This record gives sequence, structure tokens and C-alpha cells, in this order.
Amino acid sequence: MYRYSDFDDAFVRERVAQFRAQVERRIDGGLTEDEFKPLRLMNGLYLQLHAYMLRVAIPYGTLNSGQMRQLAMIAERWDKGYGHFTTRQNIQFNWPRLADTPDILDALADVEMHAIQTSGNTIRNVTADHFAGAAADEIADPRPVAELIRQWSTDHPEFQFLPRKFKIAVTGSPNDRAVTRAHDIGLRMIRNEAGEAGFEVIVGGGLGRTPMIGKVIREFLPRTDLLPYLEAIVSVYNALGRRDNKYKARIKITVAESGLDEFRSRVDARFRQLRSHFRGADQAMLERIERAFAPPAFRSAPLGRYEIVQRTDPAFRSWTDTNLAPHKAEGYAIVTVSLKAHGATPGDATSGQMRVLADLAERFGHDELRISHEQNVILPHVHKSDLPEVHSILGEHGLATANVGLISDIIACPGMDYCALATARSIPIAQEIAQRFDELKLEHGIGELKIKISGCINACGHHHVGHIGILGLDRAGVENYQVTLGGDGTESAAIGERAGPGFPAEEIVPAIERLVHAYLDLRNGRQESFLQTYRRLGIGPFKAALYPERVDANAA
Amino acid sequence: MTILVTDSGFHTEERAWDFRSPDQLPVGQTGLAVELASDADPTTLSDHLQTIDLIRVNFPEFADGRGFTIARVLRLMGYSGRIRASGHVIADQYAMARRAGFDEVEIDDEIAARQPEEQWLRRANWKSHDYQALLRA
Ligand code: HEM
Ligand code: SF4
Repeated sequence: MYRYSDFDDAFVRERVAQFRAQVERRIDGGLTEDEFKPLRLMNGLYLQLHAYMLRVAIPYGTLNSGQMRQLAMIAERWDKGYGHFTTRQNIQFNWPRLADTPDILDALADVEMHAIQTSGNTIRNVTADHFAGAAADEIADPRPVAELIRQWSTDHPEFQFLPRKFKIAVTGSPNDRAVTRAHDIGLRMIRNEAGEAGFEVIVGGGLGRTPMIGKVIREFLPRTDLLPYLEAIVSVYNALGRRDNKYKARIKITVAESGLDEFRSRVDARFRQLRSHFRGADQAMLERIERAFAPPAFRSAPLGRYEIVQRTDPAFRSWTDTNLAPHKAEGYAIVTVSLKAHGATPGDATSGQMRVLADLAERFGHDELRISHEQNVILPHVHKSDLPEVHSILGEHGLATANVGLISDIIACPGMDYCALATARSIPIAQEIAQRFDELKLEHGIGELKIKISGCINACGHHHVGHIGILGLDRAGVENYQVTLGGDGTESAAIGERAGPGFPAEEIVPAIERLVHAYLDLRNGRQESFLQTYRRLGIGPFKAALYPERVDANAA
Repeated sequence: MTILVTDSGFHTEERAWDFRSPDQLPVGQTGLAVELASDADPTTLSDHLQTIDLIRVNFPEFADGRGFTIARVLRLMGYSGRIRASGHVIADQYAMARRAGFDEVEIDDEIAARQPEEQWLRRANWKSHDYQALLRA
């Protein structure tokens, strides 16, 4: 894993000192709230419904056990004993006091972490495939590139006051687990016909109120051109992006309004000016970072009790079926620890649970943890012989839920329970759906199904790319939930289609139930997933299931 | 009164400039001063760079970061004269302004009163802790 250089450490300490002074100036009036706002946002501090909220970056989702323990300590000492993992590989603390935040940032710096650029109109925490460095299907580990981008974008003097926030995601696998097509810039690590390493560069994706799938602006960008090319894109956007209307300020609108070709030619022109300013220091840095990300020393060992326990313990068996992913090293597995126990708040973990996960990573996982955009925690490198013990320890702490990828593995944004912008609750809806399908004992039979819920049009819960998306709105003071179908956040990305009028809160769970029963009736056997069935049949039969009274009315 | 902020703190304007808009540059004169709005396209100055001594870039509000790109582009075009940021710029942006290519910041009394010299001087160390310096070489 990457460790801070002296430079990184001094940088982060200096930022904390600056922020401490800014907090003091805010308190003594030297800064107006208007002026303080972008400064606190640059350091991850939001003002929410009930309190300040601190959003801490987990760059490219990678943590070691010491860092996880420190997050547990922070949650306990300065918050209410839990933290919330988000779809952007961050952790949010919902209850810190303003005066404590500089101390929290110092505690983060002690373990090489920070909250820099986790909010504000700047380049945000760079996200990457949560299986990076472990996945069997990977071409290359995306984290060195993500770390290079972190360094380049941190405190970038030109890009601290962009028209709007800017999100970059990187994947090193053809199976896109980083939702690169829904980011301002998505990077897919690829090789060209000559076998050289480079990137497919995607621009202008995004969700929010105008969801768009990103467009390919460069089919093959040589690896060494990465930083000047990124800089060219963001620089053109900074000059061109709209500042008169914040709903039209994201790069997706800039690209749509100027046209991809025009946008590309401006980027190419800026790139030609910039290219000569990057003369190799960036590549030397990348090599240094790559050495830091050298794979751990995987051991070669027999599988021990793994296969026996798999045969004899159905709970273990079911967990290995859903929560493991193929690892590139022989005898290893990637373990996804579900933070979606039925009825729990998706993405929440208590300090106690964080410590258990840290211990497991240290004892069984080469000291590595990951946070996924699906709000789960990952132990990327566990030898299969250790899995029975890992599973039983997880079980003792409410962390052994066998539901990854299933209907109860729901992404939900904080919604009305925490968020000042919310128009409806999202967490309770997620909880009710999970509990309902658990009661029905249907979820394993249903198979892969991604439900994603947002509490307002900003779409933090990624509902547009859910196989079933749920968007909570406010209709004359009453919560109303709109359903979208057929969304997909992977390499075959698609924005879900709106099914029709929304449902009041008490009708949304039965509506989802009808939808799922329709799928079970319609599918060509268990192998055909919800999304595949939807793609084969289109929205018609699913609409009929959602709105049976309309079909009756038409027939009459 | 206007105040000029540089790495050594607050200064007063040492001479009067006759700021012109980019489409009204007199031919055959040198030592010119040009005023650019935040939505200006700096490449329109490409034929005049040799005749300009000072370019002042306006920040209508501190959250409008276009000025940083304007300064950077002017430097990429090879302009080596003075560049000044003016308008609503706050002390916390001083390091960004210097790194992006500005030489100085012009502020009014109101900002200077709320953000006294020492707050600007605190960011006079803009050359240290700069990731760009690590990566651009
Ligand atoms: C609770 C405080 C939060 C606030 C005030 C907030 C605010 C916003 C806003 C205003 C947007 C729309 C931006 C735009 O389209 O220009 C947005 C988008 C987004 N937010 Fe949040 N958010 C919050 C929490 C979260 C959380 C907890 C997550 C992760 C679970 C998250 C992840 C995202 C994502 C992934 C987008 C995607 C849309 C996009 O960028 O295209 N946000 N947020
Ligand atoms: S989608 Fe809306 S309600 Fe949910 S976190 Fe984002 S801004 Fe808040």
C-alpha cells in the first residue's frame, strides 16, 4: 500500500494548521459564513440538518487496519460511535462539533488520512475499483494511477473554484465496478493493438437531475500523457462551464452544449500547450507509487477445512456463494463484508465493528481493507483456509449477512434522516424492503438484483443506475417514490427508465414485491437475471405488474 | 483606496495605469495595461503580448475560479509581464493565485479590514507544499 512521503505528511499537517486558523477566524468574525463555506467544504465539512457533517476521504477506497482503528476512535471520541460509508468511498461522521474538527483532522493526519476535497467545487476524492489489486479479471491495478491523480489534483491552484464538483473514477478491469461511465471523467485502463498501456477516457457522465452516460473523448490515451490530458479537460471546463445556473454547471452539460467534437478540439489545443510541462517527474512518481502498491506476499497453502465446512455448514455455504469474488492468487478469495444486515442502515458501521474488521484484516487479510461504492467493506486478500474462522468471527458481530449483490444489498443515500436537501426518507425504505424479502425467504431465489435509493433528485444513491431505482420526492408535503427500471452502472451502463407515477411511502414496498414476482414469472430460468429479463422483454410487463389497476381499466 | 498584496505584504499602487479593454489596444504603443473580465478569452491577446506590461484579471466573486485559468493560459502563451488579480479575492486564495501565475492581488479597504496583512502573509510561503512542483518537471 502507498505510504505518505515526508512531503505528503507535511502537506496534510500544514492544511490542518490552516484549517484550525480558519475555524478560529470564523468564530471571531474574520471570515463571513459565505467566505468560510468554501473553505470548510474544501476540508470536507458540511452543515447538515442537525449538525455539521465531516466527510473523510478514503482514497481509492483502500485502508489498512491502523487507519480503520483510527476511524473507530474518531467515531467514539467525537461522534456517536458510528460512521457512514458512502457510495464515493468516503466515510461520513454525522455529529462532530465545529470546534473539534481541527483535532479530528489531526487524528486523521496521524494515520495518513485527510478530508481534503471531499466536497466543494473542486476535484473530489478519486475513486477506483474496490477489488483493485486482487481481482482475477484485472488488467492492471488502478490505484497507482488514482494516487497519482490524488497528488496532482490536491490543492491544484487552477481547480479549487470550478463551476461545480468534479469526480474522477478509474478501473483496471474490463468489468467496470467503478461506475466510470457515470463520472465527470472515467478512466479505463486498456492496452492498444501494439500492447502498450493507456487509457480510454470517458467524459461527461453523471447522475443528479440530468443523468447522462459519459462519452468517449479519447479512445486510447498513452499512459505518459495522463496528467496533461486531464489538466486540459478540467482547464477547458473551468473556462467554459456554466456559472449562471448550478443545475447546468456540471461538465456533462458543458459537453452536451458545446458538442463532443468542439469540446474535444478545445481540449486537444490546451493539451498541446501543456504537454511539454510534464517532462517525466510525474512518471517517476508513478513508478515510485507502483512499487508501493506491489502485491503482498501471498502464501501458497492447502485449503484446510474450507471445502469441508462448505459442505457441512449451510450458512457458511450460502455466504461463500454470495460474498466471495475470484482472486488472482491461487487459494485466495476476495471477501465482501455486507454492511446491509436486514433492517440496518445501509453503510453504517459502529466503532466496534470497525475494530473487528481491522483485526480481521491484520490477522487474515495482509492488513488491507477496502470500501466499496456499494457501501460494503472488503477484505481483498483472504486465504480460503481462513474463511471459516473469518466467517464465524464476522457472525459474532452481526457482519456475516450473506446478501452481497442480492435484493437487500441496497445502496441508499442518507435522505431525510440526515440530509438537508432531502425530499423524502431513503434509509427506512431500504430497511423495509430488506426485511420484507427476508421474511419471504425469496432473496436467494431472486439472485442478482441491485436496488438503489435516493432521497432527492441529486441522486447520491445512484438510483439511475439501479436495476430497480427508487427516487423519493415530495408531492405537496407527502413523500412519493418514483421507480426507474433497467439502470446499469457497469461497462454496459444505462440510465434506468421511469416506470410511471410514483407511490406513497406505504405502497412502495408492495410495488417492489409485485415487480419482483413479475420477474420470477417471466424469467427464463434462474440464470436469467432481473436485468437480462428486463432487456429481453422491455418495460411493458414490468409496468403492468407495477400498475395492475391500469391494465384492468384498459381491459374493461 | 486599493491595496496591492504581494509576498512582502500590503503596498499602495506606485503609479497610475490606464487600463484598456482587450479590443481597444492602441497599435504601436508599448507599456500597456489591460483589463480582462472573468469570462474573457485570453488568447485574443496573443498578438499583443510584447506590448503589455500589466494584465489585470477581475474576480467578480471569489467562488468564480475562471481567473485562475486565465492566468495559467497567459503564462502558457508565453506572457512574462505582470498579472494582477483584482476584485473579490480572499487571503486563502493567495497561494493559488501565485501558483496559477499571478504576481499580485488587488483588494479594497473592506477586504483588507476583515483580512489584515498577516493573514495574507501567512500564505506567502506558496512555494512550499506544492504538489505541482513535484509533478511538473
Ligand atoms: C448528506 C449530505 C449530502 C449532500 C448535501 C449531498 C449533495 C449532493 C448534491 C447537491 C448532488 C448533485 C450534484 C450535481 O448534480 O451537481 C450530489 C450528487 C452525488 N452525491 Fe451527494 N450529497 C450528500 C451525501 C452523499 C452521500 C452520503 C453519498 C454517498 C452515499 C453521496 C454521493 C453522491 C453521488 C455519487 C452523487 C452523484 C451524482 C453525480 O455526481 O453525478 N452524497 N450530492
Ligand atoms: S440524494 Fe438528495 S437526499 Fe440523498 S444524500 Fe443526496 S442530496 Fe441528500
